[in-house]
Amino acid sequence: MTCVLRSVLSAAAVVAVTLMSPPAKAAVRPADKNVASPRAGNDTAAPQGAPVRAVLTTPPNVPPATGRKAPARVIVELEVVEKDMQISEGVSYTFWTFGGTVPGSFIRVRQGDTVEFHLKNHPSSKMPHNIDLHGVTGPGGGAASSFTAPGHESQFTFKALNEGIYVYHCATAPVGMHVANGMYGLILVEPPEGLSKVDHEYYVMQGDFYTTGKYREKGLQPFDMEKAIDERPTYVLFNGAEGALTGDKAIKAKTGETVRLFVGNGGPNLVSSFHVIGAIFDKVRYEGGTSVQRNVQTTLIPAGGAVAVEFKATVPGSYVLVDHSIFRAFNKGALAILKVDGAEDKSIFSGKELDAVYLGDRSQPNLNAVTAATKAAASGTLTQEDQVLAGRELFAGTCSVCHQLSGAGLPGVFPPVAKSDYLAADPKRAIGVLLHGLTGKVTVNGTEYNSVMPPMNQLNDDEIANILTYLLNSMGNPGGRILTEDVKKVRAGPKPATTAATH
Amino acid sequence: MATTTLRALRARACAAASFAALVGVATAADYVQVPAGTLASVIASDPASGPVPIDAFAMRTTPVTKGEFRRFVEASPEWQRGRIAGTFADAGYLHDWRSAIVVGDPQAEDQPVVNVSWFAAEAYCEGEDGRLPTWVEWEYVAAADATRRDARADPAWRARILGWYSTSARAVLPAVGGDADVYGVRDVHGVVWEWVDDFNALLVDGDSRSGNDPDQLKFCGAGAINLQDRENYAVLMRIALLSSLNASDSTTSLGFRCVRPLAKEVK
Repeated sequence: MTCVLRSVLSAAAVVAVTLMSPPAKAAVRPADKNVASPRAGNDTAAPQGAPVRAVLTTPPNVPPATGRKAPARVIVELEVVEKDMQISEGVSYTFWTFGGTVPGSFIRVRQGDTVEFHLKNHPSSKMPHNIDLHGVTGPGGGAASSFTAPGHESQFTFKALNEGIYVYHCATAPVGMHVANGMYGLILVEPPEGLSKVDHEYYVMQGDFYTTGKYREKGLQPFDMEKAIDERPTYVLFNGAEGALTGDKAIKAKTGETVRLFVGNGGPNLVSSFHVIGAIFDKVRYEGGTSVQRNVQTTLIPAGGAVAVEFKATVPGSYVLVDHSIFRAFNKGALAILKVDGAEDKSIFSGKELDAVYLGDRSQPNLNAVTAATKAAASGTLTQEDQVLAGRELFAGTCSVCHQLSGAGLPGVFPPVAKSDYLAADPKRAIGVLLHGLTGKVTVNGTEYNSVMPPMNQLNDDEIANILTYLLNSMGNPGGRILTEDVKKVRAGPKPATTAATH
Repeated sequence: MATTTLRALRARACAAASFAALVGVATAADYVQVPAGTLASVIASDPASGPVPIDAFAMRTTPVTKGEFRRFVEASPEWQRGRIAGTFADAGYLHDWRSAIVVGDPQAEDQPVVNVSWFAAEAYCEGEDGRLPTWVEWEYVAAADATRRDARADPAWRARILGWYSTSARAVLPAVGGDADVYGVRDVHGVVWEWVDDFNALLVDGDSRSGNDPDQLKFCGAGAINLQDRENYAVLMRIALLSSLNASDSTTSLGFRCVRPLAKEVK
């Protein structure tokens, strides 16, 4: 009986709300498939049931879906804590935080909820703080109503009228400094019907930081107002610290799973070119709004803005989240890792199929000696001296990439061709090495090398003969001459079963 | 806050303090003379009027210590934790003390008293024949360093203030008696925030971003913090702290010192 009565009552309430809704709002219902979630129209309904305490999570975790079908009264208790934390290896910074983390605790409510917000400023705080939630409709987003001295608590209440993913931040003077010290986070206002189901939801937020010391300069680093005003950040970070989302702390998914990232940008200054290396966002709710953009490579996140991006993890591996204003990623710390585990699908991505040296055409310039040698060969007057001069040019253009101009090679990687016992032992063998390449273990001058030399089959017989003659008569090698005919014979002969050889 | 209510409460506080004076609170505190002058305050309440003239006054060389405040509440039990009227103090009042009349660790006696309300601070100063400094008096003294009356243009002066901002309030407070400034006043920076007499007339909006559109009704003498010098933010943050408070509030890093009109101090 009670149930019947209740459902009748709630039905009545819905009808009343529908009638009260402004007609204009009801009329705007574009049949646009890109609109993620049309308003259900019950955002002015009174909260139902007992008050609910919001689940707050620390980054990169996101609270579970509210699962509520009707607006509720939701109590949010957020504590401001000023604390020293690591910003980079061996570098600490006095962060001002919402909930003890940077970014602050993730708050999740439902559109139409009445949110009773409690802001507590820990007694150990030096500063007063407040909160401006971009999801609030009202002056200052709640800032003036939440201005709180250390050791005190403020309370204000708002109705979450608009769905979306919103930034919140401290707005106490000097605002930029409070934000630069880490005072920001995200609040998600779910649409009435909830968000589509995904396998993983993560919380990532970018921020720029200004320290008096240089990037990675050790010790406790104070805030630098000059750099902040000049917008010259020392660090640009995801989740408040270098390494906050790498290594063991990387966010994870398995192949075939869908991932939704709520990505905010606290600023205070920089706009983020958010990109995941190796992934394409299937959907982006850009600027946190209701419209969905599909197949996006890089999405812009304004300071004080947020997006929700979704994609399917298909190929296993480590995916790097970056600010594609790329020096920030590799020189200021804006890196995070999404690790995807699971079976490989070679039909989508093969992995490396070839690993070879590509030489390009470095031998274009200074080919005079080569041209002279070619002419001399044609007229039958080619001397060893002509060969050495031409060989020097060709070696510089082709071989020196690995073996170095000096012929010393690179220790442990590329064997030496200078004073080479391998060359001296069998100069003619070298013809085969150039023609067919050399893969696997080889010992030169007592050191074992195990790498790959690709076949130099772009070189003609003259050129190979010239290069080897040059080598034999320079760099401390024993002398000798390789003729074009020698090369012709080897080229005509069988390719060796294995190109690896030991000496 | 209604001014009349505040005044009435203050009258009561003064009455209590007078009683305290009668029963004899130790008044060994050291005061030094601060000569008259002018101050280009960070608060440009009326930019057209230029620098604010400051009359000469005498200021306590150090913030009031826990030991000094203990003797005060022993003599005036109505200011003890647990006895103080709820109107005059919040729940955090002197909560760091071992009991209503015992600070705790003997070394703590020389630390600046914190977790005191504006009412209690004002009452204490009345007991020393003084009062809390006004904001401009405090700012006038705070502008000094060891050799200059106005060192605010020196980055080192600012760095000292900011250095304290970036350390946690969890650290144990030092004993009073740091280096003296040009007046002989100590510990103005780097130890605790300090109450001022007119803290509730400081013109920082709770939102602080309203620019030139402050809430005229909210603050007497309305106006906005005018960041004429972008380096003023170090001082501005102190104003922000003070403006976040009610007179009954107390925090773990907020103490006070007193001033006296010079006529009474120097014959």
